[in-house]
Amino acid sequence: MDPSNSGRSSGTALYRTMVRIRAFENAAETASQGGVSAYGQQAAGAAKVRGPLHLSTGQEAVPAGVCAHLRTSDYLTSTHRGHGHTLAKGADLARMMCELFGKATGFNGGKGGSMHIADFSVGMLGANGVVAAGLPIAVGAAHAQKLLRKSDDITVCFFGDGAINRGPFLEALNWARVYALPVLFVCEDNRWSATTASGPMTAGDGASARAASMDIAATQVDGNDVFAVHETAARLVAEVRGGGGPRLLHALTYRVKGHVSVDLAAYRDPAELAAALETDPIARARGHLLDMGVAAATLDAIENAARDEVDSALAIAEAAPWPEPGAAFTDVQTTGAGQWT
Amino acid sequence: MGRPGGGLDLSYSEAAVLAIQREMQADPRVVVLGEDVGRGGIFGQYKGLQQAFGAERVIDTPISEAAIMGAGVGMALAGLRPVVEMRVVDFALCGMDELVNQAAKNRFMFGGQGRVPLVARMPGGIWDASAAQHSQSLEAWFAHLPGVVVVSPSTPQDNYGLLRAALQCGDPVVYIEHKTLWGLRGEVNEDIAVPLGKARRVREGNALTLVSWSRQMQACAAACDALAAEGMAVDLIDLRTLWPWDRETVLASCARTRRLLVVHEAVQVAGFGAEIAASAAEATGCRVARLGAPRIPVGYASVLEAQSRVGPEAIAAAARKLLG
Ligand SMILES: Cc1ncc(C[n+]2csc(CCOP(=O)(O)OP(=O)(O)O)c2C)c(N)n1
Repeated sequence: MDPSNSGRSSGTALYRTMVRIRAFENAAETASQGGVSAYGQQAAGAAKVRGPLHLSTGQEAVPAGVCAHLRTSDYLTSTHRGHGHTLAKGADLARMMCELFGKATGFNGGKGGSMHIADFSVGMLGANGVVAAGLPIAVGAAHAQKLLRKSDDITVCFFGDGAINRGPFLEALNWARVYALPVLFVCEDNRWSATTASGPMTAGDGASARAASMDIAATQVDGNDVFAVHETAARLVAEVRGGGGPRLLHALTYRVKGHVSVDLAAYRDPAELAAALETDPIARARGHLLDMGVAAATLDAIENAARDEVDSALAIAEAAPWPEPGAAFTDVQTTGAGQWT
Repeated sequence: MGRPGGGLDLSYSEAAVLAIQREMQADPRVVVLGEDVGRGGIFGQYKGLQQAFGAERVIDTPISEAAIMGAGVGMALAGLRPVVEMRVVDFALCGMDELVNQAAKNRFMFGGQGRVPLVARMPGGIWDASAAQHSQSLEAWFAHLPGVVVVSPSTPQDNYGLLRAALQCGDPVVYIEHKTLWGLRGEVNEDIAVPLGKARRVREGNALTLVSWSRQMQACAAACDALAAEGMAVDLIDLRTLWPWDRETVLASCARTRRLLVVHEAVQVAGFGAEIAASAAEATGCRVARLGAPRIPVGYASVLEAQSRVGPEAIAAAARKLLG
């Protein structure tokens, strides 16, 4: 990142995005404690955030670096681990917390929760509970963008390293290349798929190698270096926007927490985690920004502001109303809705 | 841990592990394949099996439901007896062609040359606060498919017995455990065989026949308590196997009580309750009613999720209406 004023301000903006994601997820994790586990056990106590909560702790640099290049009118599809993508795309943090609390004022009116976060108003077309399901949807959105030819808007599609072993990944890449669609595929390679390490389950060199085999230019990047992600994504987004067809960004990062918040990841070698923590993207970015001459006080202020924003979001979500029971019957369908008895 | 009745005290998931362990010991053709099975499965329903039988028989796979199901079909055709893990019924949809067009059709389409003795495990039902893609009850879809057996156990004993029977049956079996029954404990007696296609009479009574399965049995039992307190003795039947379903037991009861209520967690519209109700009305002329969830996706917030639940009060009310 260049050490000029503009470099510093774009660097602190990236820092702010990452810090907001981390603060949001830390608070969501705390609010989920005592709740229902996604692995079948039921813990006592009333959690504010219920159900499976997939945290992206340690992966914040990827959405921050990529989404910094996106406009509101660009589309985004996400995974089950979508808080970071959603915030980085510009969604309102408090409304997202309301959705995690299941409140009527959440993005989905309490119908979706963490795993199905969506904010269509900023082009975020939805997190998904089905691995790899977002890839063909992204391709369809990009196909529509191409057919409608209204602008040079693009679609960005986030997915995990586990998802590349499902057919929809391969089918979507093929489709995107055949129709030269404006889509940027972003593999967040955090090395784990639920409780199984992805490496031994994946033949060959992973996402970028598979993209290359379909003549889609792919670039690997250190996904824990937000400046590297930002710089690489700048080029790829420009190429896709310029009509160059699909590109793939393969970001190497690490899943610091368990698969879901209640998963303590006992199956993982503690040394692997300890090594990964050394490369925490937020700490690294902070060090880098200090070296560039950004004042520590500026970064502290960003962190404090994020904490305040999250505290206020928690209060808003706490005070927000529950959905009306009748809301369960709305938005099912128009033709034939309600004729179920 | 022993029990007074001579059985073991096991959870629903431990009972399943024991069933597979017994079948793997008895038959070297039995293998398991699926995501995270080496670590015991996400519900502990394969716990210890990879340590006991090795990674060649308890096979960790990529996230590839279509390939897991399709490979299961190929393994079965080539002489193995695979347990195919789909994690939850919602993800089994990613392997649907492999199940519907391949596993279910093979034996018939090839004139009986092929057999597909696989057991596809796909936990179903509402999983608390897991919203619309992790809470579905899709058993009626599978019951609609000629060529497959459909099983849905409600107790540890039945999970043990039915899983063993499923592995021995020689045809494709859709095996639907309930996502929230894994921790349920009960006595498992290894000497009790639970054949496919045989229902269990849970309570006896003459006021009305109540048929259900899987976790919904618990709500039905609670409703029966309430009705008993009002002087109504219900004939409660746990179907256990949806295909082939135990017509004999159900119809005999309906002929006696003249009233049938079928209750399921699945959406009522086009649910399996409609099949049983129609069959009973045709065969016995009894009064019928069915009760299932409204035709809505399961919501995330508790207040929305509750709209999809069929509780004891609703069941008792439907029973009273049928009796009134
Ligand atoms: C089709 C399908 N199969 C299995 C699952 C269960 N599941 C949810 S997340 C996950 C791991 C996904 O790994 P990856 O794609 O690498 O994403 P990560 O969780 O690492 O972010 C699995 C197996 C699912 N949601 N959908």
